[in-house]
Amino acid sequence: MSPRFSLAALFTAALLLGTAFSQVELRMTWYDDGNEGQVMRELLDRFEAENPDVRIVMDTVPYSSGILQSLPLQLASGDAADMVRVTNLGGLSEYWLDMSPHLSDPDYWETNFGPFLDWMRPAGSTAIPGFMTQLTVTGPFINRTLFDQAGIDVPTGDTTWQEWAEVTRAVADATGTPFAMVMDRTGHRLAGPAISQGASFFGEDGHATIDDEGMRTMMQLMIDWHADGTMHPDTWIGSAGTYVAGNEFFINAQVVLYMSGSWQVGQFANLIGDAFDWEVIPNPCGPMACTGMPGGAGVVGVANTDHPAEVARVMEFLTQEDVMAEFYGRTLFIPGHLGLAESGIDFQTDVDAARDALSVFASEVPRLDPTAYAMQAYPFNFVVFDSIRDRLTQAFVGELTLDEVLERAQADIDEVLREQGIR
Amino acid sequence: MAVRTTPLQRANALAGRGVQGLYALVMNAVGFVVEPIQRVIGQRNMAYLFLLPNLLVFGIFILFPMALNVYFAMTSGTALYPQDRNFVGMANFERLYTCTDYANPNTCLEDRFWRAARNTGVFVAFQVSGMVAISLLTAMVLNRKIRGLGFFRSVFFYPVLLSPVVVALIWKWILQRDGVLNAILISFGQDPINFLLNGTWAMTWVIIVSIWANMGFYTLILLAGLQSIPVELYDAGAIDGTSTLQSFRHITMPLLMPTMMVVLVLSLIRAVQMFDEVFVLTGGGPGSATMLLVQYIYATGFGTQNPRFGMAAAASVTLGAVLLVATLLQLRIGRGSERHLA
Amino acid sequence: MTAVGRFLGRRQGHKGAWTVADVLTYAYLIVGVLVMFGPVAWLVLSSFKTQQNLLEFPPTLLPLAQVTTAVDGYAERLPLFDVILEDGSEARLAQVRRIGLMAQMVDPAAPDEVLQIPIELRTPVRELRLATENYTESFTRFNFLRYLRNSVVVTVTATLITLVINSMAAFALSKYRFRGRNLIFLVIISTLMIPISVILVPVYLVVNQVGWINNLWGVIIPGAATPTGVFLLRQYMLTIPDELLDAGRIDGASEWRIFWQIVIPLSAPALAVLAIFSVMWRWNDFLWPLIVLTRSEFFTLQVGLNAFQGELQVQWHFVLAMTVLTLLPITLVFSLLQRFITTGIASTGVKG
Repeated sequence: MSPRFSLAALFTAALLLGTAFSQVELRMTWYDDGNEGQVMRELLDRFEAENPDVRIVMDTVPYSSGILQSLPLQLASGDAADMVRVTNLGGLSEYWLDMSPHLSDPDYWETNFGPFLDWMRPAGSTAIPGFMTQLTVTGPFINRTLFDQAGIDVPTGDTTWQEWAEVTRAVADATGTPFAMVMDRTGHRLAGPAISQGASFFGEDGHATIDDEGMRTMMQLMIDWHADGTMHPDTWIGSAGTYVAGNEFFINAQVVLYMSGSWQVGQFANLIGDAFDWEVIPNPCGPMACTGMPGGAGVVGVANTDHPAEVARVMEFLTQEDVMAEFYGRTLFIPGHLGLAESGIDFQTDVDAARDALSVFASEVPRLDPTAYAMQAYPFNFVVFDSIRDRLTQAFVGELTLDEVLERAQADIDEVLREQGIR
Repeated sequence: MAVRTTPLQRANALAGRGVQGLYALVMNAVGFVVEPIQRVIGQRNMAYLFLLPNLLVFGIFILFPMALNVYFAMTSGTALYPQDRNFVGMANFERLYTCTDYANPNTCLEDRFWRAARNTGVFVAFQVSGMVAISLLTAMVLNRKIRGLGFFRSVFFYPVLLSPVVVALIWKWILQRDGVLNAILISFGQDPINFLLNGTWAMTWVIIVSIWANMGFYTLILLAGLQSIPVELYDAGAIDGTSTLQSFRHITMPLLMPTMMVVLVLSLIRAVQMFDEVFVLTGGGPGSATMLLVQYIYATGFGTQNPRFGMAAAASVTLGAVLLVATLLQLRIGRGSERHLA
Repeated sequence: MTAVGRFLGRRQGHKGAWTVADVLTYAYLIVGVLVMFGPVAWLVLSSFKTQQNLLEFPPTLLPLAQVTTAVDGYAERLPLFDVILEDGSEARLAQVRRIGLMAQMVDPAAPDEVLQIPIELRTPVRELRLATENYTESFTRFNFLRYLRNSVVVTVTATLITLVINSMAAFALSKYRFRGRNLIFLVIISTLMIPISVILVPVYLVVNQVGWINNLWGVIIPGAATPTGVFLLRQYMLTIPDELLDAGRIDGASEWRIFWQIVIPLSAPALAVLAIFSVMWRWNDFLWPLIVLTRSEFFTLQVGLNAFQGELQVQWHFVLAMTVLTLLPITLVFSLLQRFITTGIASTGVKG
């Protein structure tokens, strides 16, 4: 029974590693979009060199099935790691560790991470659970070379989504580009434009409510754009229950405009190379605002860790200003650190377009609408975004009408909130 | 079979003897424990001993979770542990079955469940019949005297080795707008087709891809069944002057029937459980055209940040009940045909 | 009609002239090879493409990369293009840089003169290049040997346990009459079609209570008592004549000995089918190991390679390279065993 033996050997080895040195082993569940895992590992190596009594193991898992789906189960049953990198910061906030008793300077955290800490703690709490590995801002990318080829000027100043649809259609027609625009398949990307049209997302009682004029206008625009071929249909129509990115279409110059966000910059710098000129434009306007959505991911401590003090030590190391500056600079992430956001980050890329794009995104941050922030901080924003996404898609293929979309999406949200015992 | 042996065959034979020796050793060792037990409990009760390990694992990891699932179906809330959940009786089932018109999913409270149910019915019916037909055809082709039999057999089997996720990825690249298949269509002067954006096409391809990925397994079983039919039966038929079509009807089909039943049951199980291939290929779309019941249950109870364990459990209990009836019916029909054969 | 008839009949084995049936057979086989193996070959080719090349529309068949050349006076290697010049002639030029719609290009032979070329008049010169860095680089991020060992341990152990306990149960259910037999069989049958994906949460709770989170046993055991296996083996064992067993008993063999010396060898074909079933399932299983195992030292290959799927980006070049590597061991095992498996099934024969 050799498999059995090797299994036993494995456990013994693990046991030995745990006890031989009196060393604390911390676990960090991580996911990777690009090089950030490698950068984080290097920083942790540096921490370990200074702190030989702590060892950190990064367990990298797939985002969707690992972080989104398995982690909540593992948190609820008490089997999760000591630190985790997540995007659902608010929805799972009951499981996060409050590090404040173990921090030498909690004020530093409140000063530099204040608004983001609110995303990761229950309303009214003063807990300090972790920090943002990246802040993201949504906004449109355009293919300037296609505009040049079409001989059409890129609109400037306050523009509307309708104008952009028109001008990108003209560019697409003139250049033989298959589609004018594409948007990632997620309610989060739609939320910025919807808020600009006047969507408020919350009823008077603070309950998530989506049926209003603004949301109707935006949804109708999306339905029209899919019907008349303005939007590349492969992202939204191509699925029923998942996120689908449109980056491939932009990289291959199949669209003129791509509604996505700041995290694409690093990849575009690598993959588009010299093929065409691309840039980020400020979020177009609607009657109520000109906003995108904030977002991001954070590393947080997990409350049932056996080593809260060590977790806090690692976190303190990682959040030092110079360490953070290096992390953001090398990963091309927008800093989730107010001090660094003020002083600016030296992004390590030799692609000018990438630098320019990051600075446009950074300047979008103050323009974001308060509703956008409120939505990002809302602990049940996932159900709102997901039901908008999946129900609206059903309208594109004729399974539902616009009225039914709004009714069904609201019913989905109400049902989940009822399960939560909120309503 | 060739009489001379190659070094590989000799090595195989040697390895075979080694495995046999080890097998006998282990089994004899277990016998030292088991045989005295037989003397105590008697020969007839040995059945329980043989059942014990399987029933233990089955009971703890399948039956008990299923019972738990039935309880989950009667509770609500977000708590994970059953003792923390609110008992709500049949409320989840009531919600699940509330429709003003069962033919129109839009009139149901849980419209996606009913859409998924309909999709699953279509998928299973076409997938299983296609699977059995194509596997049988391939097995008959491979049963002929052909050159390079081993190579062809491996080629048809190979996709079985691929993980569902990989299968879906490969086919996604083939079927997408600018994929390989459309490139071929264009080179023949045809218009490209958006295979994954049209409900009917998407369902068709989901069925084809799942057949592609799994047919090797069933072909193998059917091929074994075909090869076990004694050649003498056909020779006798030839002397009697039966046509080959008749010999297929009167010799091949009846003798292959038990194998066909196994293939039918297995492919039916797999079809109902189909999830990963479809999920990665179409995500259940376009709209909800290829969303299957397992995906609905998975998406409701697990693949979301705000799971509704109760509703997912109610849906899976419903699915289980329907499947139970279907299985029993199938077994009854299968037994009927076996008796008919005998 | 005769051709169809001959085809439907038993293998023919002609010498000499090809019949229509032979032509049909080989046509089917050749189409079959293309359809069955083409996509797999394409997967392997794609795993050698660069990230750019992978995302390209329309996809290229072979892994291609742009040819670059060293030009005097330029520190970096410059990309080569085929260009249509103003006079209509063609030239192969190196691009210095592109500004808007115009490209500045030089002739590598005469690097001093910079030409302005509209970008639509140039096409990149590309050559076949295998991006082996997909493999080498992912190795630094991916503990292949550790994951491989875990996958092998899970697959082999789980398959052995499945075979042993399922065949024992099937033996009891097919060859004994005892109180509760029909009830037990009915219960097992009734769970036959329930996929584990719909009872994930309750099974997780049980595994958690047993204490098998982050333990390979938590992956191995829960699926071991698969009802499919019991069903398959029981149906097969029903065809083994009881007289053989009775003869063994008369010779004084214990029930255990009858089981392993008579029943198991006679059930070899069904066991082979179940073994293939189990190996495929365990080797490719992804979701369950991911839920039960949070520590990377226990990860299996499928969990590891899917970790290249991020929130917003998927690093397909790594996923594909690791997928191909994951396919290698199992391909090897099957190419060695496939002859044995099919002839094994065939020689014993599925009983009619």
